[in-house]
Amino acid sequence: MIITFKINGEIKTQEIKSSLLLIDLIRDVLRLKGTKPGCLEGECGACSVIVNGAAINSCMYLAINVDGKEVTTIEGLGNNENPLHQVQEKMLENGAVQCGFCTSGMVMTTKAYSDKCIAEGITPTREEVKKSLEGNLCRCTGYAKIIDAAEAVYKK
Amino acid sequence: MLLRQFIKNSSNPPLTPPKEGKLPPFGRVGVGQTSNFKTMKKELNIIGKSHQKLDGKERVSGKAVYGHDIELPNMLHGSILRAKYPCAEIISIDTSKALTLEGVECIITANDVDVNNIGYKRDHPILKKGTVNCNRDEIAAVAAQTKEIADKAIQLIEVKYKIKEGVYDPFEALKETAPRINEFGKGAEQFGNKNVAEYFHYEHGNLAEQKAKSKVIVKKRYELPRVTHACMATSNITAEFNNFDGRLTLWSSTQVPFLYQRDIAHALKMEPSKIRVIQPIIGGGFGSKLDMHPFEPICVLLAKKSGKPVQILYSREEEFLASPTRQPMVIDLTTGCDENGKFTFREVEIIKDNGAYTSWGATTPFVMMQSYSSLYQVPACKFDSHAVYTNNPFAGSFRGYGNPQATFSIESNIDLMAEELGMDKREIRLINANYKGEITGQGLHFKTCGAIPALKTVIEKSNYDKIMAAPNTGRYKRGVGLGSMLHVGGGAKIYRSDGCGTTLKLDDYGYLTIVTGSNEIGQGSETVLAMIAMEELGIPKEKIKVINTDTDVKPWDVGVHASRTSFVAGNSLLGAIKLIKEKLNNKASQLLNVKTNEWEYKDGSMLFNGQEIKLDKVAREMHFASPHELCTVNYFYEPPSRFQDKDFKGDVSGNYAFASQAIEVEVDTVTGNVQVLNVHVSQDVGRVLNPIGLQGQMEGGLATGIGYALTEEMIYEKGILKNPSFHGYKMLTSTDMPDVHFYPIETYDEAGPYGSKGAGEAPLIPTAAAIANAVSNALGVRFYSLPITAEKVLRALSEKKLETRNSKQETNKI
Ligand code: FES
Ligand code: FES
Repeated sequence: MIITFKINGEIKTQEIKSSLLLIDLIRDVLRLKGTKPGCLEGECGACSVIVNGAAINSCMYLAINVDGKEVTTIEGLGNNENPLHQVQEKMLENGAVQCGFCTSGMVMTTKAYSDKCIAEGITPTREEVKKSLEGNLCRCTGYAKIIDAAEAVYKK
Repeated sequence: MLLRQFIKNSSNPPLTPPKEGKLPPFGRVGVGQTSNFKTMKKELNIIGKSHQKLDGKERVSGKAVYGHDIELPNMLHGSILRAKYPCAEIISIDTSKALTLEGVECIITANDVDVNNIGYKRDHPILKKGTVNCNRDEIAAVAAQTKEIADKAIQLIEVKYKIKEGVYDPFEALKETAPRINEFGKGAEQFGNKNVAEYFHYEHGNLAEQKAKSKVIVKKRYELPRVTHACMATSNITAEFNNFDGRLTLWSSTQVPFLYQRDIAHALKMEPSKIRVIQPIIGGGFGSKLDMHPFEPICVLLAKKSGKPVQILYSREEEFLASPTRQPMVIDLTTGCDENGKFTFREVEIIKDNGAYTSWGATTPFVMMQSYSSLYQVPACKFDSHAVYTNNPFAGSFRGYGNPQATFSIESNIDLMAEELGMDKREIRLINANYKGEITGQGLHFKTCGAIPALKTVIEKSNYDKIMAAPNTGRYKRGVGLGSMLHVGGGAKIYRSDGCGTTLKLDDYGYLTIVTGSNEIGQGSETVLAMIAMEELGIPKEKIKVINTDTDVKPWDVGVHASRTSFVAGNSLLGAIKLIKEKLNNKASQLLNVKTNEWEYKDGSMLFNGQEIKLDKVAREMHFASPHELCTVNYFYEPPSRFQDKDFKGDVSGNYAFASQAIEVEVDTVTGNVQVLNVHVSQDVGRVLNPIGLQGQMEGGLATGIGYALTEEMIYEKGILKNPSFHGYKMLTSTDMPDVHFYPIETYDEAGPYGSKGAGEAPLIPTAAAIANAVSNALGVRFYSLPITAEKVLRALSEKKLETRNSKQETNKI
């Protein structure tokens, strides 16, 4: 079947099998390798991307469901003048990146949550920030610096 | 006695607590001055200040290329058929159906290949033939055009088995009546039991005498679970074999590329130098990639047979089923102390579940015996450890390398001895703590030692007194526990060389390329190397490149293990910098017509006595003017550590790291849930190199340590893993992570770069011990096995109630 969607600002029309997972569309068809496969079971969040403003696990999401929607992957953050988005800057400044395999997912989750907070005019507490990252596993950092980085985004 | 008074009044002969320095703003503690303390301690511009990860931008933007992201032209995908049963005989393997599947390029079984056994004891066939010894055993492998086809083909391979009764308990395996589990094991000849894979014995001091001196003797059994690394990136490899010249290129996540090159060569009967190992960005190691695993040579065999590049990526389930684990073990520990609380002896017997094959992990006793012999002052020690074959999956090496297990038992026994003696748990640790200048019974020489300051720091910072004094009634009970550790801090001489090579190249434009033998696996060592070059040569970060991923290019290094990388690679780089400075000094002196070695390197220039010359200019003059030479140097650093003798005695590391943790927990007596509230960790890191990187190592290590203490366990039933997913295997999430308060101790150890010591493994070593002690403090019930799950807590509480009731009834009767 054919789907039309926007990915990282660009409109794409693509013929796909109805069983194709979004992560496979992103990584294998569109060759955007920044989205990471940590488990393909919906448990680790490494594959998080943003669909219509919400962070989702792309390994648990059928590609057909992005028809008519807007998808942002890690490659869609930043631009030529500012190659890094604020969330990425904060992750770096706070030492939130070790091996980096969880990082794309952490960044996308934080981006979606911060957009939501800004839209609703709220500043989340540290506990709420922790809660927002609960679905993203990291084996290297012990989360502390990732939480610090996310908090720094909201503090701005 | 109040602790503070006690510390003041204490005067134990061998113990000379160094004076604590003032606590600088970051909470650092400086102690234990060495002879060149002044130069070591001098304020530095770069070292000691936080620097972002060198390639952080690539990693945070999704541009970094991991093994999962590699795509080569014509690349095939490999898949491995594993045993259906943990113990069986293979009657036949029929691949004919699988071969007819469209898209399948080749299939291999043990019958198709001419290979050597692998593993530390060479007891591990890459592909199994005849017998199956554990559930993860590799039976056949397929290369196909897509991963889906390869997975499908695997299902079509028909294997007939004769199922056998396996042995899953090492104590059962030790019995005379048990079958021989690994046919290549040499246990019968070497250790007097066919199922013993490896045995270590160590002793020092006069055990009998020390036992006689003991007022208190505590004998306990500790049981440690099987846990796994769970790297966020699953295991992966891509292999390309060049038929023309017999050369092999591997994109591998190994932590030890040069040992790996040798191991692959041995397995496949190749020449090591024909193998080029390229490390893509590695998504977590933690020791899991210290051994070469069967899937790696299997991938090469598929590439050779198909004539195309092949990639194998583990699924998460496969990662749980078929990657190495930490050693599960049963530790019988007997320890004693005299009436003053001074330790007298430790006697320990360990039975480790080796699993079906032997990996480097079987050598963990090497580290464990250091803790038993030398963590705190131990006049006499006897250590025996057997690694026993079973039909469980095999254990490997894991950050801490046996030390979390050893430390859990030691620190638990210390609490028990203090309780029996009626002594303060802080006091017993402080009077026995290691000290500067100590040469332990095993021959470890603590030229610097931050053990006492670390202990004092966490005791003070954790509000230990206050927590202990608080009323502890009601549903939620709080407690605090202490744990300390000792670990190598300056590499470990276990291989013929523990060294690391560095090549430096200063180009015509003033850019510096550091080619280092060491590896980056996410821990941040390449950032530290760049910082050292910035510090010494005054070259800005933007002009520094670190090349460290290609065995065809980089000089030799033993690999990432033993918390050694910043220490060994840092010293190697400093040696190379010294050489390049000599070159630059000579040339600059010649160009400016001065006679000096005292050039200062700053902002890309060399300065002396008001004169200044740009670094790039000096390099160009070297290159383009007679006698024409390039500004490059090579240096190989070998740490001053020595091999231990056949009795495992000797000063095995360049220096030693010490740490203490005080952990506060809250236990919900209704749900049994243990929550870690605060972690206070103080570690002798010699000197802080990159504070933000160091803090990250602490927090990451602690998270794994807390998981080990409370939640993580691979659950096996008769050799079959019951929880091979993140859903079933509980790692900490962001909401479980407590606040970490870290107080580095700086002892400025002469051996390390700028006085530093290895730091990476330490943070998870005493964590489970401190948590277990804290839970016991909160509940008055002690746990002798990990993890301390809610279920175990509830069971223990109900048993305790029962006991109290019964003992009351007894009293009533009387
Ligand atoms: S890869 Fe999608 S949640 Fe783990
Ligand atoms: S940085 Fe390695 S998993 Fe998070």
